[in-house]
Amino acid sequence: MSQKAQVFVECHHVGFHRNDKAIFSGLNMSIKKGQITAILGPSGTGKTTLLKLFCGQLIASTGEVQIDGQDIAELNRAELFKLRQRMSLLFQTGALFTDMSVFENVAFALREHTNLPEHMIRDLVLLRLDSVGLRGAADLMPSQLSGGMARRVALARSLALDPELILYDEPFTGQDPISMGVLVNLIRQVHEDLKLTSVLVTHDVKEALSIADQVFILAQGKVIGSGSPEQIKQSDNPLVKQFLYGHVDGPVAFHYPAPDLAEQVLNDD
Amino acid sequence: MMIDAIANTGARCLLVCQLIGRSGLFLVSILGWGKGFKAPCLRVIKQIHHIGVLSLPIIVVAGIFVGMVLALQGYSILSSYGSQEAIGQMVALSLLREFGPVVSALLFVGRAGSALTAEIGLMKTTEQLSAMEIMGVDPLKRVFSPRLWAGVISLPLLATLFSLLGIYGGAFVAVNLLGIYEGSYWANMQGSVLFYDDVIKGLIKALVFAFVCTWIALFHGWHAKPTSEGISQATTATVVQGSLAVLGLDFILTAVMLGGF
Repeated sequence: MSQKAQVFVECHHVGFHRNDKAIFSGLNMSIKKGQITAILGPSGTGKTTLLKLFCGQLIASTGEVQIDGQDIAELNRAELFKLRQRMSLLFQTGALFTDMSVFENVAFALREHTNLPEHMIRDLVLLRLDSVGLRGAADLMPSQLSGGMARRVALARSLALDPELILYDEPFTGQDPISMGVLVNLIRQVHEDLKLTSVLVTHDVKEALSIADQVFILAQGKVIGSGSPEQIKQSDNPLVKQFLYGHVDGPVAFHYPAPDLAEQVLNDD
Repeated sequence: MMIDAIANTGARCLLVCQLIGRSGLFLVSILGWGKGFKAPCLRVIKQIHHIGVLSLPIIVVAGIFVGMVLALQGYSILSSYGSQEAIGQMVALSLLREFGPVVSALLFVGRAGSALTAEIGLMKTTEQLSAMEIMGVDPLKRVFSPRLWAGVISLPLLATLFSLLGIYGGAFVAVNLLGIYEGSYWANMQGSVLFYDDVIKGLIKALVFAFVCTWIALFHGWHAKPTSEGISQATTATVVQGSLAVLGLDFILTAVMLGGF
């Protein structure tokens, strides 16, 4: 097969503006099929926005985003919804449907998109829940779950329809070390078992480098470093270094842009 | 200065036009029913429970009391003409034509409309609607349509119940407290209430109010800013605009209906 077929998500000179503020400009990225790709970057660089561009919830103002060779901006609503059945996004908060039980949450997509009989849906849901270790929690409501459990349920839910591409939005944020470990393992295991293409957006450097095959580092609306975790660790780019090792000041300044302090304090106007 | 004022007015008009257009498109896209028959039906029934059944206490209590107050007020006015026997028809006509649809619509906006806006606003804030969209399910059809239909079905029923209980409340006050002969209360009512002109027209009003109130509530939920402040603003907007819409539409509908429609 040609090289094109190996690429699942392709960003070509993507630019995106929000309220006249450029979030991306000239972003290039290609995410290969069957790999775990980590997109790293400081908070506020638009990592979540990037995932929304991948799902077609937002449309790039310039350039194009291709999913499996299809330009997402050119799809109509029906085609977009069809494409979305092949991918799934795990929200930072889990975004479980609060008016349904854990079981119903996982069953949701199956009920909507298939005509499977009830006993089959039950089996599939219980299998999925079992794979994230929460079969026993099937009858709980989302409000009764801890943050880590909610995220695992959300993972089970997004796997219900056997997607080809799964996007994780900050999967590790706010987790204790145990559930962090559980999630890292789950992501890797699910990736291998289901032969997925996984994309992780995160700022947890250690975890991301430990499971990713390919890493992109975003800053200032661009990709500033990419490659395997080893290549990234050896990068000379000061921005990449600052981010990887957590230096307080560097190319990413500690201060939000502001006028000179002395001037602002002394000037009463 | 002058130019600025004109420009601002123009910009505001454009915003209003945009809003009307957006809400119209929104309405068109939530009018659908969804795939199949059984599943959407069950969803509508669930929403009727949330929107209609849970509004019963407030409608029941308000209906009885409005009827009782109407009887008291009607008696004091009618007795000065010596025609207190007509109290039955007065209570029934005011309830069926005006109080039933209007007061229950106002209560409906406050009780169910605000709840709808807040619920949907919160679903949006917690990204449940986005999650649904990304799972390839259109939230407009899955979440909004059942709620719209449930509102449209519920309010006319609530308004009917309101009028019915009001009439019984009025009967209680008129017969037991004011000493009107029970036979004349009901006979006068029977003689003067027309099925089409009073009952059906009242129901048409309730139907229109139901449609508009639910639409307003859903629209504000959908467009709420995803913050706690945004949801509070959206809920307030639902109640204010819904109530005003009910009162304004009531005038128009009454004018049209009395005009011989």
